[in-house]
Amino acid sequence: MTTRGFTGRGQSPEIKDRVPPGQSLTEDFPVLSAGPTPRVLTEDWKFTLKVGPKPVISWNWDEFNALPQTKLTRDIHCVTAWSKLDTHWQGVLIDDILAEANLEPPTDFLLAHGYDGYTTNVPVKDLTGGRAMIATSYDGKPLTADHGGPARLLVPHLYFWKSAKWINGLQFTARDEPGFWELRGYHIYGDPWREQRYTGD
Amino acid sequence: MQDQSANARVEWQTATITGVVRQTARVSSFFFAPSVPFVYTAGQHVDVRLSAPDGYQTQRSYSIASTPDSGATIELAIERLDDGEVSTFFHDVAQIGDEIELRGPIGGHFIWTVADGGPILLVGGGSGVVPLVSMLRHRKARNSTIPALLLYSARSWDELIFRDELLALAESENNFDLALALTRDPVARANHYTRRIDAFIVTETLARLPAPPKQTFVCGSNAFVTTAADALVAAGIPAGSIRVERYGV
Ligand SMILES: Cc1cc2nc3c(=O)[nH]c(=O)nc-3n(C[C@H](O)[C@H](O)[C@H](O)COP(=O)(O)OP(=O)(O)OC[C@H]3O[C@@H](n4cnc5c(N)ncnc54)[C@H](O)[C@@H]3O)c2cc1C
Repeated sequence: MTTRGFTGRGQSPEIKDRVPPGQSLTEDFPVLSAGPTPRVLTEDWKFTLKVGPKPVISWNWDEFNALPQTKLTRDIHCVTAWSKLDTHWQGVLIDDILAEANLEPPTDFLLAHGYDGYTTNVPVKDLTGGRAMIATSYDGKPLTADHGGPARLLVPHLYFWKSAKWINGLQFTARDEPGFWELRGYHIYGDPWREQRYTGD
Repeated sequence: MQDQSANARVEWQTATITGVVRQTARVSSFFFAPSVPFVYTAGQHVDVRLSAPDGYQTQRSYSIASTPDSGATIELAIERLDDGEVSTFFHDVAQIGDEIELRGPIGGHFIWTVADGGPILLVGGGSGVVPLVSMLRHRKARNSTIPALLLYSARSWDELIFRDELLALAESENNFDLALALTRDPVARANHYTRRIDAFIVTETLARLPAPPKQTFVCGSNAFVTTAADALVAAGIPAGSIRVERYGV
């Protein structure tokens, strides 16, 4: 249906292909969070890779930052209908984390955990092959607490709630376990190009 | 836990604007009759989608201001942002009788019912008060005496949305208390503040509740939510008991 009297701002054709359906561009940084911003000091920070309940390997901040560094420039899409183009990130690819841990993915699913108790599920194939990283820097600067610092997951091809802030671990799970928002009405996978915002979309 | 309804898709539908009421110079309430009425919980929102003749579409989220106890009509309170695409459409173009596409209810975290108990601390900045008003209206509709405190920040006395309703509610002494933080209003009023919410304001207003809040809800712009939530944590409220809703801009 057409909304009476609405013409809208429209979109310039050159960027149209980069903005998923229902999204609008912003210069600001879209933020979604469920609670207050945890303030995690890098000296206390620890990142743990687990298989089920079993910890496989942990890194402290200095150890983690000694892992191979990668830069990614990506478009990001928040479920609250904001997209931001060409955001610059630096961190450690999930591929490099698994290589360092000498671990072949034992299952097809991962659950990301945050310091605030937040969880979100992402299939392993969406986190590997250079598609995702643990980001420690945004726009050339250390990631601020508001944006998920010291470190957050970055899975830019899925809605941004999948890019768990304040991350402290990744856990292989036998099944695709719904995380925090996925249990509260948000889509289990979250592909912006298929507009998978809410359960059943 | 997932309930049955969480597995069903929330479908787009048309809703008819049945009323428009100006609340402040920049905020008006829009009342909608959904073609497919739906049950919701205080604190939830709807997504609204506007479509241009050339196929261009855009969508935004708006919290529901009405109480689920008051029937199928949905009240949204929309603030006009001067160069905003959707809010200016509602303020400058939309009229009673217009059909608008929306879907809801959405959100399974920033919600409260009297069954959840209290005391509850509600902290709102500007139009972030909207879902909190829904919670207070629900509480009132159920004749609940659960202690509730609203800490509400706005630029000035005249920019307080639902001001008279909230003042009347505070007057009626049913365990509801109101503390205002007016950031650009020089007029001092008893029990109210003339600065941004800080940890000191939080500590002082918390003393007005008979017991520490079981649940705290914070809603508003990104900047407001960050500042207010930091102040709450600094005042000793456990982070795990604080739920936030960020409006983005
Ligand atoms: C869950 C949720 C619930 C919400 N509930 C409500 C609600 O109850 N009531 C409500 O009014 N809004 C609510 N919002 C915000 C709403 O979704 C829109 O973001 C808002 O109406 C602006 O949309 P717009 O199209 O008018 O502006 P847009 O076209 O999206 O423009 C916004 C952009 O313009 C800039 N801008 C424009 N005007 C101004 C200004 N005056 N001051 C500062 N920046 C400006 C901002 O930088 C921003 O990037 C909610 C948002 C969420 C996520």
